[in-house]
Amino acid sequence: MANPKPEELARIEYKPPKTGWMDTPAEIRKGMFCHAGKSKSLEYVGLPNPRQWTVMEEDWKLPENWQEIFIEGLRERVNKFRSFRLFLDICVRCGACADKCHFYIGGGDPKNMPVLRAELLRSVYRKYCTTSGKIMGKIAGARELTVDVLKEIWYYAYQCTECRRCSLFCPYGIDTAEITILARELLNLLGLNIDWIAGPVANCYRTGNHLGLQPHTIKDTFDMFADDLETFTGIRVNPTFNRKGAEILVVVPSGDFFADPGTYTTMGELLLFHELGLDYTWSTYASEGGDFGFFTSNEMAKRLHSKIYAEAKRLKVKWILGGECGHMWRVWHQYHNTWFGPMDFLEEPVSPITGTKFENAKSNKTVHICEFTSDLIKNGKLNLDKSRNDDLVVTFHDSCNTSRGMGFLEEPRYIINNVCNKFYEMPPNTIREQTFCCGSGSGLNASENMEIRLRGGLPRANAVKHVVQKYGVNMLSCICAIDRAALTASVDYWVPGTRVTGVHEMVGNALVMKGEKKRTTNLRGDPLPGMEGE
Amino acid sequence: MGLIFSFFTVVALGVIVFIGVKAADMRYLFGVIIPYAAFFAFLIGIIYRILQWARVPVPFRIPTTAGQGKSFPWIKQNTIDNPFTSIGVIIRMTLEVLLFRSLFRNTRAELRDGPKLSYGSTKWLWLGGLAFHYAFLIILIRHLRFFLEPVPLPIEIVEALDGFFQVGAPVLYITNLIFLGAVTFLFLRRVVIPQVRYISLAADYFPLFLIGAIGVTGVLMRYFLKTDVVGIKELTMGLITFSPVIPQTIGTIFYIHLFLVSALFAYFPMSKLMHMAGVFLSPTRNLANNNRAVMHVNPWNYPVKAHTYDEYEDEFRNVMKEAGLPVEKE
Amino acid sequence: MYNAGKIIIGIIIFVGLVTFPFIFAGGKATAKPDPKIDTPEILKMPENERKCVESKSFMKKEHMQLLNDWRDWVVRDGNTIYTNAEGKTFNMSLQNTCMKCHSNKKKFCDECHNYTAVKPYCWDCHIAPKEKES
Repeated sequence: MANPKPEELARIEYKPPKTGWMDTPAEIRKGMFCHAGKSKSLEYVGLPNPRQWTVMEEDWKLPENWQEIFIEGLRERVNKFRSFRLFLDICVRCGACADKCHFYIGGGDPKNMPVLRAELLRSVYRKYCTTSGKIMGKIAGARELTVDVLKEIWYYAYQCTECRRCSLFCPYGIDTAEITILARELLNLLGLNIDWIAGPVANCYRTGNHLGLQPHTIKDTFDMFADDLETFTGIRVNPTFNRKGAEILVVVPSGDFFADPGTYTTMGELLLFHELGLDYTWSTYASEGGDFGFFTSNEMAKRLHSKIYAEAKRLKVKWILGGECGHMWRVWHQYHNTWFGPMDFLEEPVSPITGTKFENAKSNKTVHICEFTSDLIKNGKLNLDKSRNDDLVVTFHDSCNTSRGMGFLEEPRYIINNVCNKFYEMPPNTIREQTFCCGSGSGLNASENMEIRLRGGLPRANAVKHVVQKYGVNMLSCICAIDRAALTASVDYWVPGTRVTGVHEMVGNALVMKGEKKRTTNLRGDPLPGMEGE
Repeated sequence: MGLIFSFFTVVALGVIVFIGVKAADMRYLFGVIIPYAAFFAFLIGIIYRILQWARVPVPFRIPTTAGQGKSFPWIKQNTIDNPFTSIGVIIRMTLEVLLFRSLFRNTRAELRDGPKLSYGSTKWLWLGGLAFHYAFLIILIRHLRFFLEPVPLPIEIVEALDGFFQVGAPVLYITNLIFLGAVTFLFLRRVVIPQVRYISLAADYFPLFLIGAIGVTGVLMRYFLKTDVVGIKELTMGLITFSPVIPQTIGTIFYIHLFLVSALFAYFPMSKLMHMAGVFLSPTRNLANNNRAVMHVNPWNYPVKAHTYDEYEDEFRNVMKEAGLPVEKE
Repeated sequence: MYNAGKIIIGIIIFVGLVTFPFIFAGGKATAKPDPKIDTPEILKMPENERKCVESKSFMKKEHMQLLNDWRDWVVRDGNTIYTNAEGKTFNMSLQNTCMKCHSNKKKFCDECHNYTAVKPYCWDCHIAPKEKES
């Protein structure tokens, strides 16, 4: 389906319809949703109620007792997650969150206001789990769980990227991500997953990464990286895989093995590790940092992430180094330690190059590569030639998860400022903790839902446009694999001509290595500034 | 619908008392029985609701981080918005509860032609909310003069400050003006802003009307209709000392005021007003962001089925060997 | 993680605040105010003439407003004579009219004012009558 022109898409009507939201059934529209999850994907990992079903068909082939399953699941979860129960109970509908959501800003659908997105489920909770809702019904904001209501919950649970921007502004910290995460769990009880999540989940489970790359393919991919790097630098990197006894296990999002521009980030990392002579290994078994289970259910998230834990144990490494990825870091930072801790078979992470102890990761033993690299730069361990990135006018997109789930703001900026000369920030209300989602996070990076992705991408892209016009920015840097894929599509549409890069790609470009040949191109094979004629 | 329903419910509450006291002389019911019942519903109800939340564990440490986290000594941490220690959390929560810090961040998105999105700071909701809550609190404290005998000095001081401008007699309280103004503002924004009107339920209008009506009846009683204040204190002190008395000199307006307050107390535990207690329990605010340094325990954490390395190697052993990757079993 | 300890402390604080008036009173009945109108000046009057400037019920509710009006009329407008509902006239003066009969500020004014924590600012300007400690 062709997308409308940007001018047309940006004509947004924010006025809500005349009829109340409970009386306005959701209109399920093409371009706004992802295809249904395939039954073989669900079967492979044993998710309940696998079947072939189609979103646009009237009959979703729900199990007979679907209502009971959903409500039982809801009751179970309000007794397991205080966050969930509290957030269903205490919203005062002040509306502060309304215009904080990128989907609402870019689409104007009132049910994409975080408060209303939550009310969709809250109304069902009131009906079946509270006395006033049971007795007073609609006047208490309660409603029956009908098939239409279920479809509505599904439709909007997959129009939320769990970015937590609304949670920042909520006076009670109500986090729509929690609501969406648990709504998706409930939908998964009924087999209502989407293909772009269910497929990657099954792939991660089987092959260790969401792309389904098998071990030899990963090895081949890295050989290609090594070939390219040898051409550019004259140096042959020799990464190892599944090597026991290495000091560090490196895990990055597998998107960075496969698709440009993520691949350049991996290449930058390979150069860095080689230059340092780091004793590290990749794993083909734990070859995915991004946890697609997190978009399915807490249990599925734990099932997938346990590979990293198990692999670190099997390979007897000392600690784990994680690549540039958004939600992978949300999971690693806020969930991993609780699922698998205490990590007593690992050692408290210490940089073998600088001797710096990573105090903030002493229990979980997992270090972010930007922490690792910024420490190297601070200690003067890297020889960096910023001018090699002089063709780039750079801005930085904070990922939702690293900014609002970690507070990881300065580390990447410190690196960027040390590897390039021209760095400009986007407007303050669109960066750091107030950053906007790329528009395609939490498993919504499919092609069939392009309209909603572009709409959700508008706030970010518009801020990029601002710095493009003001400072001539031509490179949008980020530390997330989904960003690298999603922002590429979004800026192509809204701000054509802007490109996307990972931070470690720029590190790889600037890194002056021992014994390297005179570099004439960057890691993309494009001529370096001043080398255009050579 | 919610608006009209709520409005008439509050009107009906007033009419019930008016008839009950004027026509049926049910002063004991409205002056003693209902206030006691409402007070205990309030007390027990709130404790019950808090315990209901307390029974549910916080399985994961999920603070919303609103600033730079703890990192290297040379990176300045935002210790309030992204606390690493309990002290930081206490400061964050204090600012949240006392100054509505999150709401203070509020912005307004605007889309202009271009398209051009801009985000301006907007503090009206924060200011209105803060004014409303603090005026309410001071009014509540002032009312302690009816429940304490002798009246302690701090309450007299609050009262003196509140009536600082000495306008009229009885002296006009500044908080009365602020309170009615803030309630009106909160109501108007709910009706005027289309998005907020769209999300508003009866459960949003009802407490606003109820609280507004309490304010209006209070102001009417103090400044316009006037009634026997000494008699009122005899009644309230009777309640406080469990020896209720009904002085016959108190006007109906007082019973309406008291009944509406009783309605608010009884309604409180089953409503959104529980945000008063809930804000303290919010896991995105009251946890330190130290997940990688301190393990957070989930009481219902359970082992899950994962795809083991052995299963993986069994499937891919041949291609792994061909590619020269190490394997556990030959 | 339940944070049970912190929640219980919170509940105890809440209960303490809400029930504070009950605890403060300790179940003991408190004395009601009993304003006295037995000053020598009043007792001197024949019983059927013992009337204030307006009716008792009016005075009870509106005396603060009346005094406020008196002040404005005298100080700002220069009128000094007040005509009541019955057509009787009085000199509008707190000290010379009101306090002439009610010379017992402590036993009359303060009795109710203290009970309800009202602090009239009459005596910011006027000199309070000297009373013998009783």
